[in-house]
Formats: sequence, C-alpha cells, structure tokens
Amino acid sequence: MSQVITDLKYAKSHEWARLLPSGLVEIGITDHAQHALGDLVFVEVPEAGRTLEAGAACAVVESVKAASDVYAPIAGTVVECNAELASTPELINQDCYGKGWMIRVKPASASALEGLLSADAYSAVLAAEGG
Amino acid sequence: MNQILEKSIFEYSRDGRGAEAQHPPALRGAVASASKEALGAVPAALRRQSKPMLPEASELDVVRHFTRLSQLNFSIDTNFYPLGSCTMKYNPKACNQYAMLPEFLSRHPLAPDTQGQGFLSCMFELQEMLKEVTGMKAVSLNPMAGAHGEFAGVAMIRAYHRARGDLARNEIIVPEAAHGTNPATATMCGCIVREIPVDAEGDVDIEALKKAVGPNTAGIMLTNPSTLGVFERKIEEVARIVHGAGGLLYYDGANLNAILGKVRPGDMGFDVIHMNLHKTFSTPHGGGGPGAGAVGVSARLEPFLPVPVVGREGEGYRWLTENDRPQSIGRLSAFMGNAGVLLRAYIYMRMLGREGMSRVGEFATLNANYVMARLRAAGFDLAYPNRRASHEFIITMKRQAKELNVTAMDIAKRLLDYGFHAPTTYFPLLVPECLLIEPTETESRETLDGFIDAMVAILGEASSDATKLKAAPYTMPVRRLDDVRAAKQLELTWKPVDSAA
Repeated sequence: MSQVITDLKYAKSHEWARLLPSGLVEIGITDHAQHALGDLVFVEVPEAGRTLEAGAACAVVESVKAASDVYAPIAGTVVECNAELASTPELINQDCYGKGWMIRVKPASASALEGLLSADAYSAVLAAEGG
Repeated sequence: MNQILEKSIFEYSRDGRGAEAQHPPALRGAVASASKEALGAVPAALRRQSKPMLPEASELDVVRHFTRLSQLNFSIDTNFYPLGSCTMKYNPKACNQYAMLPEFLSRHPLAPDTQGQGFLSCMFELQEMLKEVTGMKAVSLNPMAGAHGEFAGVAMIRAYHRARGDLARNEIIVPEAAHGTNPATATMCGCIVREIPVDAEGDVDIEALKKAVGPNTAGIMLTNPSTLGVFERKIEEVARIVHGAGGLLYYDGANLNAILGKVRPGDMGFDVIHMNLHKTFSTPHGGGGPGAGAVGVSARLEPFLPVPVVGREGEGYRWLTENDRPQSIGRLSAFMGNAGVLLRAYIYMRMLGREGMSRVGEFATLNANYVMARLRAAGFDLAYPNRRASHEFIITMKRQAKELNVTAMDIAKRLLDYGFHAPTTYFPLLVPECLLIEPTETESRETLDGFIDAMVAILGEASSDATKLKAAPYTMPVRRLDDVRAAKQLELTWKPVDSAA
C-alpha cells in the first residue's frame, strides 16, 4: 500500500503540495506515483520565475519504464527548484515527500490549496484505482 | 551456460596490423614519418600528430567478429517476436530481392525523369495503392519515418488553417490512448496539446471532447485501433464533433495493420494519415531506420502535400514539384524519401494484391484474439476484458505484482529463456504492469501455441518459484541488465586499458 501523509494536500494526478511556514508551497510526486514509475533516471523541473497554470504540465519524470508529465497542482510562480534531482533523481524514489521535493512555488492566490484533495480523499482515489 | 560475449573489435587490434601493400605509396609507413609531399598543402598546425584510434585487425578477424555478433541477434528471422507491427513485422525475402535489382540500385536520383520511368511508375502505383487502401484522396511518399510523417501531417493542418486566414487554430487534441509521438509532433509544429481521457472501455470520452473543441481547435490526433488494442467505436461521432468545430482529423497509422483491407481511415472521416510502411507494409526497420512514413490526405489538404510527388502525364510519369504545387509545405527529404524502402513496400503490396491485403487484417486480428482467449482462460488478466482485440491486446500483471511480487518485466525476461522475444512492456502507460502482445498475421498456429505454453508455464513459475523469475533470463548471452545504470551512466566509447596501470 502506498504511503499517504496526513498533513499534505494532493492532486488526482498524483502530486502532493505542502504549505511551508514561509507561505511558499512545496510540490512533489506521491509515493504511489514514484512506485508506479519505478527507478527514476531523469527529472526535469521548471526554472525559477516560471509561471505555472494549475493542472498544466510543469515537470517531467523519466524512469526506465516511462517518461511522464508532472502537473502543477496549483497556479503560481516557481521560486526554487530542487537542484539535487539533476544528479540524484533517485531521491524521489527514496524520499518522495522529503528530500525528493521538486519545486517551491509562490501561490497565485492564498486559497490555492483549497481545491486540492485531503489525504483521506486521495487515499480513496488510490483505492478506486486499485492501488 | 551463458556464452562468452564477443569482444569489441578494438580488442582484436594489434599495432601496425594492416595491409601495408594497399596503402597509397606516399602514405606507406607510419603517419609520423610520411613525407611532406604526401601531406601537401595541409598546414603543420592542422596535421594529426598521432594515429587515429582505429582498430587494426586482419580481414579474417573482422569477418569472424561480425559473424559472431550477428549470431547473438534475437531476431524475427530466428524467433517469434510478439512486438509485432508495433516495431516491425516479418519482411518477406522477395521484397528485398526485387528491390535490389541492379536497375533500381544503380539508378541515380538526379537522373532525368525520362531515364527513370520504371522507378517512377513503381512510385506512382505505390501512391495509388496507398490511396486505395486508406481511402484518401492523395499521397506523398516524402517523409522518411513515422514521426516525420506525423510532422508533415500536422504541418499540413496548420498550413490549411493559415491559408484560410484562420490563424487562431493552434490547439491539437490528443486522447490519452493516442500514440506517444502525437503530443511531441503537435509541440514540434508549434501547437498546444490538449489531452482528453478515454472511458473505462477504452473509447474516447465524448463529453471531454465536446468541452475541449472550440475556435482554437486545429485538429485531433487519433490512433485507431488505439494503443489500447481496441477499435475506437465512436469514431464517426468524434469526426462530427471535431469537423463541426472547424478542426481536422489526423490518423496515426501505427495500428493500420489491424484494419488493412477492412476499414479505411478516409471513410471514417480522417483528413490526413501517415503510414508507417515498416509497420504495415513490411519494410525493414532494423536499428531504427531507414524508415518511410508516407502521408495521405483528403481533397482539401492535397495542395499542401510535401513535394515531390509522382504525377502521370499521358503514358509517362514525372516528379511534381513546387511549381506544380505552390501551396506545398515543401520538401522534407532529399529527393523523394527512402527510395529503397518505398520499393520494398511497393513489391509487398503487389505480391499481396487486393485480396491478400484484407487477409492481413483478418489473420492479424484472428491471431491476436486466439492468443488473447487462450491466455485469459489460463488465468491472465486482460486490461479490457469486455473488448474484442484488434491486432494486439493487453494483459496486466497488476494482480501478480501485488500478490506474488512478479512484474511484467520479470515475465518478459523469462520469455527469452523459452525462446520468445518479449512483447512490449509498460506501454501503454494507462495500464499498470502491462504486456502488449501482437502476434501479426504471419505466425502459424503451432508457433502461437508454443508461445501460449511458455506464458502458461511462466505463470506457474510465478506462483511456485517467483525468485527464479526475478533473476531471469538464464540462457541469454547476458543476464538481467541494470536498466537504471544503463540510463544514467551510458558509456559507448571503448577506451584502451592503460598497460602501465
């Protein structure tokens, strides 16, 4: 069973979002997503300054099985990206909710996270998918 | 026991082992001692100071090396290959034989039309046959690969809208069951991709399509049968909706093999199609090329076809160029595409004839459905159990992955030990732990039964001895390869071992 962390918000497309004390939102892919992809070999993250549209592709994760888009769970502007991932994409496999974070975003609106799924709702999505 | 892998050609090399007598007289002896005259006007600063690191091996060593390498091939000429037309189907040897006739081989591509009437007539007839079998109005043989054909197709869609002054149309709709190259093509052509989902039975989600179309819709790219191995049943409705919104329909010919001689994309309402001649019309595609991705179009796109195309004038043939087709999107390749590959497709189609063409579709579909029914009965889970297979079908190892920790990759690797090439794994992305199996029309019942027996035996091993599958294959020249390391630390350059070290 994939790990789902209670204090995060989730998108149906298997991204998570964490509100940081600074007001920025940290974004990554879920345990279910990293498990489905398998060993990651390449990660492409957007540069700082790029504007993200909610639901639009913003990053790419590539494993030995497949290359897959990562969709921005919220709208906002990229402030920082995880530079470690360029040389060690396996951080996402090892610690997807921690060291495997992908980008930090300044949300377009204060209520940006409200439209996302709670941990319970996301677990229900996974259960429905048979995961 | 595993065979010992063949050494690289560099390891056969011995310094100075060459056919000295065959060197030009001025260059005999080591490069360093070559006379100044031999180097002529090359400035000293540009002269090589050391020998290039090329292998120096005897003719016999070279012959043996490459013969041994060729014996390591796991190919369709030696083993069943359920990747099917998705990669390349069996190429009848006669296609190669006739395309290699000296009259074809020696023809210069710049020879005047009057001296190449035989070749031009073959290309003209190939265009005509492709029109007939796809139901399109006109064909160009220019593109040199499937993705190249896709590029031509979307470029024509854009040119069409532009020619009408309809400049806002820059969105291409791509269902998630479409071929993976489709979104890449649309992006290459400067379009924005809008992905729409498919429903639980694998058909396009019509409500999502209705929401996605609008004044910005340039077109939709569809594969039918889709990558899920099922025929898109709502295709006529999809065509109505997209045409109604002012967009055009693009047919990705990746799965044309399934419907050959049965249903025509032109009749389904498509405006443009690319045909992977290596997939459906049996041309070689080893090592990634050379390929051929001919494009066919409806009447409204004909002016935009890439040039040159072969036209008929009276009893003769000639290349139609930009002068004849001023609205053409232009040239996509030197000359007319890959002439040799096109000839092979022509010969294949001539050998099959009209009746043979429909038998391809029939037997490809029959074989897929036969293997599907027997694997299902043996306990494999189908991804789309309620659907008839087209020329291919998908089984999912999701249950086994969860219960037994046996993945699709383990099955694929173990198949090699049983003498079968693995089917496509982990594609389409929509289906977890999947194997996409495509037998094609040329396999005998006995071969299919052998493959089924192997699959059933492996499923038994999955329950009884899962650890054995994890380490497969056992009988190949190499064991399980480290995919991750191969992707991250790719090293393709041979380096000499430093003898001093």
